[in-house]
Formats: sequence, structure tokens, C-alpha cells
Amino acid sequence: MKKQISRTMVLSAIAAMLLLSACQSSTAETTEPRTLTVLTHDSFAISEAVIAQFEEENDVKVEFIFSGDAGGALNKVILTKDAPLGDVFYGVDNTFLSRALNEDIFEAYDSPLLASIPDQFKLDDQNRVLPVDYGDVCINYDKAYFASNDLAVPQSLDDLLKPEYSGLLVVENPATSSPGLAFLLATIAQYGEDGYLDYWQQLKANDVTVVSDWNTAYYTNFSASTGKGPQPMAVSYATSPAVEVVFAAEPLDESPTASIVGENTCFRQIEFVGILKGTANRNLAEKFVDFMLSVPFQEDIPMNMFVFPANQDASLPEEFVKYIQVPESPATLSSDLITAERENWISAWQDVVLK
Amino acid sequence: MRNTRRKLFYFLGAIPIVYLLIFYTLPLGIIFEKAFEGFQTLLQTSGLLQKLGRPLAFTLYQAGLSVILTVLVGFPIAYLFSHFHFKGKKLFQAAVTLPFILPTVVVAAALNSLIGPSGWLNLALIHIFDLASPPIQIMNSLEIILLAHIFYNTSIFVRVVGAAWAQLETEQEQAARTLGAGVWQRFWFITLPLLKQSILSAILMVFLFDFTSFGVILMLGGPSFSTLEVEIYLQTTQMLNLPLAGLLSVIQMGITFFISWFILRDSHTGIVTFLPDIKNERMQKAASGKQKILLILLLTFIFLFFVLPELSLFFRSFIFIETDGTFKFTLDFYKELFHNVHGSLFYISPFTALKNSLTYALITTLIAGLLGIIAAYGLLNARKSKVLRALVLLPLGTSSVTLGLGFLLAFPRLSLFQKYPQILIPIAHTLVALPVVINTLYPAFASIPANLRAAAGNLGASPMKVLQKIDLPLIRNSLLVGALYAFILSLGEFGATSFLTRPEYPTMPTAIYRYLSLPGSLNYGQAMATSCILLTLCTFSMLLIERFMLKDKRS
Repeated sequence: MKKQISRTMVLSAIAAMLLLSACQSSTAETTEPRTLTVLTHDSFAISEAVIAQFEEENDVKVEFIFSGDAGGALNKVILTKDAPLGDVFYGVDNTFLSRALNEDIFEAYDSPLLASIPDQFKLDDQNRVLPVDYGDVCINYDKAYFASNDLAVPQSLDDLLKPEYSGLLVVENPATSSPGLAFLLATIAQYGEDGYLDYWQQLKANDVTVVSDWNTAYYTNFSASTGKGPQPMAVSYATSPAVEVVFAAEPLDESPTASIVGENTCFRQIEFVGILKGTANRNLAEKFVDFMLSVPFQEDIPMNMFVFPANQDASLPEEFVKYIQVPESPATLSSDLITAERENWISAWQDVVLK
Repeated sequence: MRNTRRKLFYFLGAIPIVYLLIFYTLPLGIIFEKAFEGFQTLLQTSGLLQKLGRPLAFTLYQAGLSVILTVLVGFPIAYLFSHFHFKGKKLFQAAVTLPFILPTVVVAAALNSLIGPSGWLNLALIHIFDLASPPIQIMNSLEIILLAHIFYNTSIFVRVVGAAWAQLETEQEQAARTLGAGVWQRFWFITLPLLKQSILSAILMVFLFDFTSFGVILMLGGPSFSTLEVEIYLQTTQMLNLPLAGLLSVIQMGITFFISWFILRDSHTGIVTFLPDIKNERMQKAASGKQKILLILLLTFIFLFFVLPELSLFFRSFIFIETDGTFKFTLDFYKELFHNVHGSLFYISPFTALKNSLTYALITTLIAGLLGIIAAYGLLNARKSKVLRALVLLPLGTSSVTLGLGFLLAFPRLSLFQKYPQILIPIAHTLVALPVVINTLYPAFASIPANLRAAAGNLGASPMKVLQKIDLPLIRNSLLVGALYAFILSLGEFGATSFLTRPEYPTMPTAIYRYLSLPGSLNYGQAMATSCILLTLCTFSMLLIERFMLKDKRS
């Protein structure tokens, strides 16, 4: 009886394998030439009309595949680089950039539209990645709290160490959260690799709260959000005050929050797009990258993803001009250095702050 | 003739195995192959043992504690549901089960608005006792991890043990009573041994859910706690250290197997088979004063612990809090769900999300139900059934990030999945649901006396006929539980879905996460509203499934 079981098992397994390989071999014939596949992370958003315009002009169907957060999406692209799942990848940022470049997943493309993009955003001289948008991670504060407690808003990272701000700030764990990492990088840019741990030691002594993710920080801990938490300052985005107005349940004249935009209090994240190595649709992919950098797409970015367009010809929506404080000197670090040291910085930070 | 039937029977038995080989072993194999390319360098990493040991120790510690507490809470509730009729019983049962589908972000929000630093409970206490700071401070602590695990997983213990308990024949207990055995003696020497199979099954499932806990640890426990599952996620998506993630995955699976095997190890020895009490003699109305007090106490507990957080979500979905703190009733959060204000390409209509979620859940229930019956029945007759039972549980102990990545490497290039990428979602959900179904059904199958089947066989019934006429009617209660969990596991699943889903096929949980990824009181309200739709949908589905599966029992 036992023999019988195992024989059936083997037969079925073989049948299944045959079935699978049959599917695999037919792939080549059935791929439709007029589909462009764009891999991206799950915060990607854009207007229907804008994509429809591109699809119509080029007689192509654009297919988007989301694959988790920025890190997860990049990892997926790296793992499948021998046989890419798409033609274009959008969403690698300057904290992951070197990793992406070292893995050699992109083909260089000198888009003519790069001329409209300021040099400060172009981080790869071979143009394997092209800047699409940028945004600053900043500390948001609860305007009502500071006003009613007659407290001055801190202006610098140093200010946060003052006793009057004890227990008022919530930050995210850089190991699990991208704004958390950005804020850690801001402190490294300010105090250097030798000084940042010292700073965090003091911040911890001043009763900083650490949570795992942006969601918790904003909705559970931050006092100005709907969650009405205990801390009036939270690490979030410079655009969050505008988003509060756009997505207010009742119309608001002004945002309940604002950002602290002192020197190195904010860290700038730049997001890039690139053509994936091995694409069979190089021409279409180039057109799509051009389209992403062109004014219609760029002007659609702010109200969909709440980041700033990289193209300087794109004009900004009113909400962006009215409710967002743009830092004059956001913190930056070279992406090579970030890639080399990311893990060390994070674990050193964890040893100091979480233990 | 008879021989070909037997062959067909064994062929059927191979289906679940083939299913697991293709959709579990294959993707895992591919991902591990990738992961262990860099294994040599990994082994030379300094402090490796500490990196592995610390999360491992905490994972086991919190899971062990959670299981003990869950059993303590679950036992009286299982007793309540399996012994008493009372008004609104179905709703109370649903309330205990509902947490299972709630995404962790939503539970975090619910708990926060109840017991958070400025939650209602703290505000009330501050107001009453005129305190300077909130007296309850359990966010980001071990306590809240344990509370959340009880909140999430009590239902599975209650359902599995409750289903078995309700079916226990009463004769042996009555005999013991006649012989003078007291309540506790009867419980200890008769009920408990008879329930042993189900209790072990339930404990094992609760343990595995706690053991692989992710969202609760990350969002409620906070950054000072890390389990293997959290660590695998970190290493995979943040550090991009696949070899370490792979090693952690293997450890997690190894322990899953070992503990499953250990718990199931002697589950077969001394097993008592019995004829299920189909007449429902056990079920009664609370008669004595003692029983009534017990009933009221337990229902109050259920209300405070399970119903209140769920109600607070409904409250938040209809209430807008003004800047000065006053409450205002609003339907806007529900209305706005139907508007694509910014013309976004990825706008999720609640209808679409509902339709997708329901479709996936129904398909998952069907596949997992059918495969589960075949597999559990097959396990009864299989040699090495304990090892096999432990193996079948492995998908529950496998990190969803690892499995999700494996799925991506294994399947999306096949033309079938390229054309219909949505097929992969119920397939992935089935991997989580199948172990639950098998593990729920197996004790029920095992408790059926073998001589019933032998008698039917002697009278000429084929194995299929025996299954159809003897086993299936007798395991109906457990099948219901298995199907329910397959359904709600699929409905609430987020991890694998977020890895596999295309923006065109969003589910309810993806919609909730999307709303909560941006600031704004409208987004928050819409997330609450979507959660409440999900809760309502789930309640109705549970009541429908119960009615459908038990309908001829009443007649």
C-alpha cells in the first residue's frame, strides 16, 4: 500500500512539473509587445488622466506592479535582475541608490529632459538613474500646543536637547522606518560620524519617544493628528502640513501643523527612475522615462504623492505654496557613504537608544 | 473495480501534497537557493550568534506567555459557548472571532483610542481622580503584546475546543457522576482527556500565530522588541541581507517543525474515540444561580475585552473630533469612500475592494476546505502521521516575507500568472489557511471510532462512500470552524497580499493601509470606515456560513 502511495505521488509531481514547464516555455510567444511594465513601491500614485494620455499617444498599455515599501521593491528588482519582471523601475531613493547601482540593475539613458532638472538632484553621472521627485523628512509640530503653552518652537537639533522640550518628540526606529532613517541621517550630517551617538544619548536623556513606524508616530503619538497622541512633535514629512489641509474632514483655513526647517533638521530624500537592464522595450521605456520627467506628469506628482517635482519648469499647486515650509539647507550625505555605513549606523544607534 | 476505486482514492490523497510541493516547497527552495549563495561570508560575520539568539529567545518567551494566557482566557469562554444557550450568542461568538481579521494598524488605532495615553479610559481616570499624567501606560510594552495576542488568538482556541466540547457525548460524565465523581474530577479525568486532541491542536495553532507574530510586535510592542519574523522582514527589506534572512527563516521553520512534532508527539497514544453527541444534550439554558453569575461575568468580560475595542472603531468612523475636542456626528467618512477626488489611477472603490476580498476569501475557503478534508483524512491512515502533521503546519511557521519573495521569483513569469496575476492571491492565502483547516479537522476525524468505518467497509462501502456517509456528517462542526478560519484568514490577510497584489485588484486591508499611509483626518476616518465595513461584512459572512453549513441540522 505504501508503495502505491509513493508511486502516485511521484507521478503527480512529475505531471505538475510538466505542467509548469509547459507554461514556462509558452511565455515567449504570448508576451504582448505593446505593454510597458513599471515596477514601483506601494506609495506610488498618479492621476488616471495623465497615464491615459501617455497610453493614447504611444498606443501602449502601462502596467504597474507594486511590491511593498521602497526597500522591498528594490530587493525584488535585485533578486530578479537576471530576468527582470518589468521595463522600468521607479522608487529607488538616495538612501538605497548606491546599492542599486552596485547591483547593476539599470541601463544608462541620457534623457533630453534632464536639462530641466537641477544638477543637485542628479546623483549618478552616467544617468543610470534619473531624478523624478524629492521631499524632505522634517519634524512636524502641533501649532496649537506650542501656542497654548506659550512655548517657543525649537529651531535646531541642539534646541531639542533643552529641558523645556523634554518628552515632547516622537521619532521612528531607523531600522524599520524610512523617515526614521532619514532623521538619523540628518543627525549624522549635523554632528558627524563621531558625534551623532552622543547627540542621541542626550536626546534619549531628554525623554525622546521611539516607535517602529511612521503610522504609529503620526496617528498614535502625535498630538496634532486625529489620533490626538501625547507628543506635540513628530518626525514626518515637510509636506504633511499640506496633506492635513487637503485631507481634512472639515475644510481648514490653515494647517494644524508646521515643520521645523532649521539647519540640518530635515533630510532630503530624492526618488529616481531607471530603465531596467534586459528590457525588450527599450524605446518605449525611454519614452516613459521622458514622460515621467515632463511637465504634465511632474505637475501631477505633488497632489498624488505629496513630494516635490524634480523638473524646475513644473509649477506647484496652491496648497504646496501655502502650507509647506521648504528647508533652505536640508541635510545630505553621499549615497556611497550611506550604503557603506547604513547597517553600522543603525545598529550603533539601536545600542545607544533602545538598550 | 474495488482496486481502481482505491487507486482513485490515493490519487486524490496526493493532491494536497502536490499542491504544497508546487506552491510551498518550490518558491521556498528558490529563495533559499538565492539566500545561501552568500552563506559562507555570513558565517564569518561577527556576533552572528547574538544576532540569532536574541530574537529567538524573545520570540519563544512572548509566544509561550501568550499561549498560557490565551488558554486561561479561552477555556472558560469555550465552556460558555459549548454549554449554554443565551440571547445574542451568535453575536458574542462573532465578536470574539472578529479581531482575527483586523489589520494591526486598525487594532493599534482602536487600542489607542481606548487605553492610549489620551484614550478615553485614561482621560476618564485623569478626570475622576484628578491625576497629572495618564495612569495606564502600556503602549510599547510587553503587556500590550500579550494583550493583543489574547485579543487576536483567543477565538481560535474557543472555536476549536468549543466545537469539540459541544459534541462530547454526556454518557461517560453521567456515569461518573452516578459513581460519585465531583465536578473537578469529572472535568479532569473525563472531559479533559476526551478534549485532549482538540486542545493540543488549538494550543499549537495559537502558539504558531504568536510565534510568527509581526504587526503586533512591530506596531504595538515598539522598537525594543524583535521577533524572528520581524528580524526576517528587517533583514529582507531594510538591510537587504538575504543570507541572514534565509538563515533566520530556516531557524523559524525548524522550530515550528520541532514544536509541532513535540506537541503532537503523543497525541495519538491513549486517544479515546467516541460517538459525537449529535443531539446536543450538553447545550442548555443557564438554570442555577451559579451558572447565571458565571454567564454574566463571562459576557461582561467578552464585552469589555472584545466588543469595546470593536465598538470604538465604529464610533470613530461616525465621529469627527473638532479642534476644540467636541464630537460631531458625520457620515462623510463613508460618503467620501466613493469619491475619487484627485482622479487617482489607483483609487480604490469600496465596491471593488469588497468584491475582490470576498472572491479571494471564497476561493480560499473552497480550496483549503477540499484539500483540508482530503489531507486530514489521509493523515489518519498515513504512516508517520505525526511527522506529516508537523510538516503540514510548516507554512504557518514560515515568514510571509520569505514566502512572498519566493512566490515572486517562482511564478510571475509563467504566462498563466502573467495573464491572471490575481490567481496567486487565493493560492497564497490557501497556504496559510490549509494548515489551520487540516489541524482543525484531524482531531475530529481521529475521534470517530474506527469500527464505524470498518462496519461500513464490511458492508461494501468504498473509502469515498465511508468518508461521505460516516465521517463528513460527524465532523461537520469542525469543518465549519475550519472553513470559517480559511475565510477570515483570507479576508484579513495583508502581508502576502501586499507582495503579490496588482493595484487593479486591491483588497479591503490594502485599502485600509493606503488610507493610513497619509496624514489627514479624512484619511483616518476613511480607514476607520473601511475597517467597519470589513467587520460588518465578516460578521454577516460568518453568520451565513454557519447557517449554510448547519442548515439541515435544525430540521
